[in-house]
Amino acid sequence: MRPRAGVACVLPLALAGCQGWQSALDPQGPQARSLADIIWVFTGVAVAVWVLVAVALAAALLRRRAEPPDPLSRAPDRERAMGYAVGGCVALTLVVILALTGYSYATQKELFSTHEGRITILLTGHQFWWDVRYEDPAPSRVFSTANEIHIPVGEPVRIKLEASDVIHSFWVPSLLGKQDLIPGRQNLVRLQADRPGVYRGQCAEFCGWQHAHMSLLVVAHPREEFEAWRDAQLASAAPPSTDEQKEGQRVFLSNPCMTCHTVRGTSAGAVAGPDLTHLASRRMLGAGMLPLTRGNLAAWVVDAPGVKPGVHMPSIKLEPHELHPLLAYLEGLK
Amino acid sequence: MNVPPRRHAIEELTDTGLDAKTLSRMLADTWGTRPGLMGALTAVDHKIIGRRYIVTAFMFLCLAGLAAVVMRVQLARPESRVVGPDLYDQLFTMHGTTMMFLFAVPVMEAFAVYLVPLMVGTRNIAFPRLNAFSYYVYLFGGLMIWVAFALNAGADTGWFAYVPLSGPENSPGKRVDLWAQMITFTEVAALAVSVEIIVTVLKLRAPGMTLDRIPLAVWSQLVTAFAVLFAMPAVMIASTMLIMDRLVGTHFFNHAEGGDALLWQHLFWFFGHPEVYIIFLPATGFVSSIVVTFSRRPIFFYVGMVAALVATAFLAFGLWVHHMFATGVPQLGSSLFTASSMLIAIPSGLQIFCWIATLWSGRPVYTTALLFVLGFLINFVAGGVTGVMLASVPLDTQVHDTYFVVAHFHYVLIGGAVFPLLGAVYYWFPKFTGRLLDERLGRWHAATAFVGFNLAFFPMHILGLMGMPRRVYTYQPEMGWGPLNMLSSVGAAIFFVSFVMLLWNVVASLRNGAVAGPNPWDAGTLEWATTSPPAPQNFDRIPVVTHREPLWAERDALPVATGLRVGVREVLVTTATDATPDIRETAPTPSIWPLISAILTAIAFIGSIFTPWAVLWGGVPVGAALIAWFWPKGDPEDY
Repeated sequence: MRPRAGVACVLPLALAGCQGWQSALDPQGPQARSLADIIWVFTGVAVAVWVLVAVALAAALLRRRAEPPDPLSRAPDRERAMGYAVGGCVALTLVVILALTGYSYATQKELFSTHEGRITILLTGHQFWWDVRYEDPAPSRVFSTANEIHIPVGEPVRIKLEASDVIHSFWVPSLLGKQDLIPGRQNLVRLQADRPGVYRGQCAEFCGWQHAHMSLLVVAHPREEFEAWRDAQLASAAPPSTDEQKEGQRVFLSNPCMTCHTVRGTSAGAVAGPDLTHLASRRMLGAGMLPLTRGNLAAWVVDAPGVKPGVHMPSIKLEPHELHPLLAYLEGLK
Repeated sequence: MNVPPRRHAIEELTDTGLDAKTLSRMLADTWGTRPGLMGALTAVDHKIIGRRYIVTAFMFLCLAGLAAVVMRVQLARPESRVVGPDLYDQLFTMHGTTMMFLFAVPVMEAFAVYLVPLMVGTRNIAFPRLNAFSYYVYLFGGLMIWVAFALNAGADTGWFAYVPLSGPENSPGKRVDLWAQMITFTEVAALAVSVEIIVTVLKLRAPGMTLDRIPLAVWSQLVTAFAVLFAMPAVMIASTMLIMDRLVGTHFFNHAEGGDALLWQHLFWFFGHPEVYIIFLPATGFVSSIVVTFSRRPIFFYVGMVAALVATAFLAFGLWVHHMFATGVPQLGSSLFTASSMLIAIPSGLQIFCWIATLWSGRPVYTTALLFVLGFLINFVAGGVTGVMLASVPLDTQVHDTYFVVAHFHYVLIGGAVFPLLGAVYYWFPKFTGRLLDERLGRWHAATAFVGFNLAFFPMHILGLMGMPRRVYTYQPEMGWGPLNMLSSVGAAIFFVSFVMLLWNVVASLRNGAVAGPNPWDAGTLEWATTSPPAPQNFDRIPVVTHREPLWAERDALPVATGLRVGVREVLVTTATDATPDIRETAPTPSIWPLISAILTAIAFIGSIFTPWAVLWGGVPVGAALIAWFWPKGDPEDY
């Protein structure tokens, strides 16, 4: 990491703790690395140009002069010399922007030339969460999760981008630049992380009230760990083991929950909201808004619009003797 | 065959033989606006309309600035609860919409309306009644959207109102309709002003003001007016299509029925990018005027400066896709837009170099106006180089829609247009009012504005690279964006204070400012050849131009053209390229019909938000008013 990138990132990283950071200056994958390179090269040129102009301006103002008082009398020699100087500056500008255009094009070709990858994910943007669907030629190996993308380290993953309602934009600064999710269209990106870790991304196209709270996590695992995670996700929901959880499942299935959510292995199969089959295996709640704890889960279930105004999940009226079993059930969905 | 009615002797009297005092008095009588309410409502004097335009635009600046202050308070700390998402979305939409549509473009036009006729040496703007009409339409459109905001119906989908978020399914209610109709209002006004400016510059120039003697400030307004003519229809069509999708069930942007969400973005940015230059080019005109006057020499490389203006306006229409690099447009196509976007650095760079060369070889006089221009050079170059960064497709995928972009366009628009505008206020205020603004307070104002602006917007570059997206109403503390946001908010507060200083300066100087006289800066262009503020007729005798800086070339007295009638409003029409006298033409007199037509137009536009039939039945009274407006008066020219 370059020294300045270090300064810009160390403080937020420290504050972010184990959250995985979200900075274009802290690249953790091959694409973000070329992007960070191009950012630093362009920034260097930009600073140099700005400094040169500022110095020229200062020199123009501060130079000692003995100009004639008549504003219309000019020295032809000096006018000619200034003509050469201005012409030279314009020519230099042209050379600089040609070089930058060429460099930009080369980087663009490298970044967007291929979209291959062994794993394909269909990422669908919703107000205000992400549906993550792992595609597979074998239908039995297709599954969905939400707001968390798990990938194996060191290999490219293809991500197809779609949107169900309005335009969203997929952006994980430490791994890749943004690409829009547009209703009626499909875009493709390639995602790759160098090291195991958790990287945060956030919707980057204004999509309504909770645009600010539409984030996701990319979790990069070593290959075996990823396979284990995928197998766990492929499985149906763990059946409730305690009485309390059984009661919770009954509450879940007899309330509005099942009109929007899926829990594989039960009769809840709606797709308007996130798939909850393995809810408890996820780190965050409400598309990255809150850590997944029992207290947060309770607040979310009872009053999602109060926690996240504008969210499409309604408040659910539950008595305490219903809420606690429901929470126990949801927490059991590992 | 009709016989022209006999004229009174006074109507046939020309300025040839009159002494200066009588001539001045008689012309003021002919061209004057009557006192009282009726006089105010029927005014067609470009100076009166221009003054209203300027004051109104600054009122909208104030409203949009207050919206920005609330946003900066909200963002100063993470998870702050000053405003919720609903109000925040309305605030940033109103801020952007107002700044772009109700402040920046109109204020530049306002200066054109006031200054262009003076700078080209004529008595009124071309089509002065249309000018009055355009002002009222603009005023009504602006009032409509701010009244709607006050009634909690402020638009909330951002100033570029992307579909499908702004479409019928995702934005029910009237908020977006009001926004889209406001576009129609302001664009009608802008198109009208453009036509007036083009005709004024091409046909009403003083004799001798050949194309290569037109002041750069006028060139910039002319080029801008052409850019408006080509850019604005795109957004009017887009906003009309949006209203139709919302009101009459068309599916222009509905992909499920074969429409396309990206069509909106293409249409919007085909307008939206030239829009930036529509704001910036007039500002370069201010800069050229101020640099020339206070460097005490003509501009260096005039021809190149004009070519740069024209080139910028042309290139401006070939850049729009750089707002859409993240939408998945084809790679080869997008890289061509990288090249064209970077190319704009050439004409912009040329202008910067020429201004510096002019300062270099002149004798700078450090007035407040020049200080603002120096601030412009520093800030605009910073915005320009980040613009080159954004032109790169791969780089843009990291910074697009982040605070980096927010920083960039505020450097370009505030640094590039508002700083020159503030310089222009200090420079032309004596012409507008007859009194100078206080220079001592002006220096403090310039310094405060410079510091506040940079403190507010520089940190945003870093925030963007640290991953902060734009248009978020809050952010979580663990993101680490808090300290820089706090710094930015402090800067915004300082920047806001600088505008309070301007207001104070204006109010105090209007009462007690030093009396300016016709040419307080010893400037060279024609607007300084008349009294401050100018008499209703602008010039007692039409000046004849022999030089690019006529007042510097003709130190004793300007040569003048005579032969215009004094008892009726008459202007001298000259040829478009050489400005040789062509014909004398009568100019329109005050009329109430522009106001009535504007009111009826506003009723039809606002009605069409609620029912498409308003276009039909609202059109009838508008048509009747226009017939009354254009009813032949029996002048010989009507035959």
